[in-house]
Amino acid sequence: MSTRANFDQNLKELKAMLLKMASKSEYAIKEAMISLINQDIEKAKLVIKRDSEINELEHEINDKALLLIARESPVASDLRKINVALKVSSEVERMADMAVNIAKSAVHIGEEKHIKELVDIPNMMERALDMVAESITAYYSEDITIAKKCAEKDDEVDKMFGRLIQELLGYIPQNPNSTNQIIQLAFVCRFLERIADHSTNIAENVIYLVTGQRIDLNA
Amino acid sequence: MSIATLTREVFHIQDLNLWYGEHHALKNINFPINKKEVTAIIGPSGCGKSTFIKTLNLMINMVPNVKMTGEINFNGQNVLNEKIDLVDLRKHVGMVFQKGNPFPQSIYDNIAYGPRIHGIKRKKDLDEIVTKSLMDVALWDEVKDRLHAPALGLSGGQQQRLCIARALATKPDVLLMDEPTSALDPISTLKIEELILELKEKYTIVIVTHNMQQASRVSDKTAFFLMGELIELDSTSTIFSNPKDSRTEGYITGRFG
Repeated sequence: MSTRANFDQNLKELKAMLLKMASKSEYAIKEAMISLINQDIEKAKLVIKRDSEINELEHEINDKALLLIARESPVASDLRKINVALKVSSEVERMADMAVNIAKSAVHIGEEKHIKELVDIPNMMERALDMVAESITAYYSEDITIAKKCAEKDDEVDKMFGRLIQELLGYIPQNPNSTNQIIQLAFVCRFLERIADHSTNIAENVIYLVTGQRIDLNA
Repeated sequence: MSIATLTREVFHIQDLNLWYGEHHALKNINFPINKKEVTAIIGPSGCGKSTFIKTLNLMINMVPNVKMTGEINFNGQNVLNEKIDLVDLRKHVGMVFQKGNPFPQSIYDNIAYGPRIHGIKRKKDLDEIVTKSLMDVALWDEVKDRLHAPALGLSGGQQQRLCIARALATKPDVLLMDEPTSALDPISTLKIEELILELKEKYTIVIVTHNMQQASRVSDKTAFFLMGELIELDSTSTIFSNPKDSRTEGYITGRFG
């Protein structure tokens, strides 16, 4: 018989709550991007409205984690599990905030015709979302290899960000009336870049969870 | 010159083996104990932790059929090989047990007992030792008006602090504590823990405890024993955050033992 079956069950539940929160955040990012691409203001507003559900989940995860610390006096890997759950939940919450920011940019741009068809930005979103999925998979399966693979993609997203910003700024002289739209799109690139950074942070936390060592994958 | 005199070590245990008759109770223990540090010893019942602590002042010799090999170097002297004056060894290495065990005498006489054995007779000197020892364990204010009352009239927590004061009265270098709070309520336990943290300014402390949180709160080093073996000895922060051996991890997280 396991001596800490109840505690183990609670740790599993904590992880399941985080997984639910992560999938909601992932969905929010996708919906925000779709609202931007299709200029669907209603959808964008829904993303903004539903962010409170994700915040609520973060609070629940925090409460459960603190209760487990108070009740179970966790040490060693148990303590790291709870510590990392707290940190990952805060990274995931920040990702959801980025989804809200993208949706707000969609609202700001409104129905104004895009200066060109959006191709690179959706590509960048795909990369960032890949990283989100990988970081969460790495967390769920406590897999360092996947965590490292996820972090390796961050450089690529950073480069895309640099290139897109240059390109967008280049449009301003020819499209002075679309400056607001161009700035909003530049913001969106920045938000996607931040989402990739949050994924990298999750990957770092996974490595800490498994090995107890802290490493900087962004370096 | 031995290793101990060159380092911060007060004890240096090397290849220590101990048998109770046929039972091999301690296996190849190598264990340095540093001056003015608190070393906690943890492990499941029967792992050898109490046996180990009792070797340090040779209290273990009171158990019949005990055989030991290896070295227990105390301040550079191997107490297993050389002719050791046990009274003198135990003056330097004091011990406190699970339950306060005051002598059926007054509070004063309990503390004065050790110094008297070691030849201190003058009342003024004894008064000074009694006062200082009781102050050291933060018991002075509670008992200063009834020093000649029976020690057995004190509460459990006070009795335990009295026993610590009694051990301190002979001015030891090392204080061994074998589950010193397992019979105490939580507040008395915390008082003893606070006391341990104060005492380590002056003394080297080795504590056996079943209370994992206690080990993590009071000690600098933690040693994990299992079936007579020293599995892991490291800084307490490492043991409780990222132990190297999976058996240590299993024990401290409550997954076995």
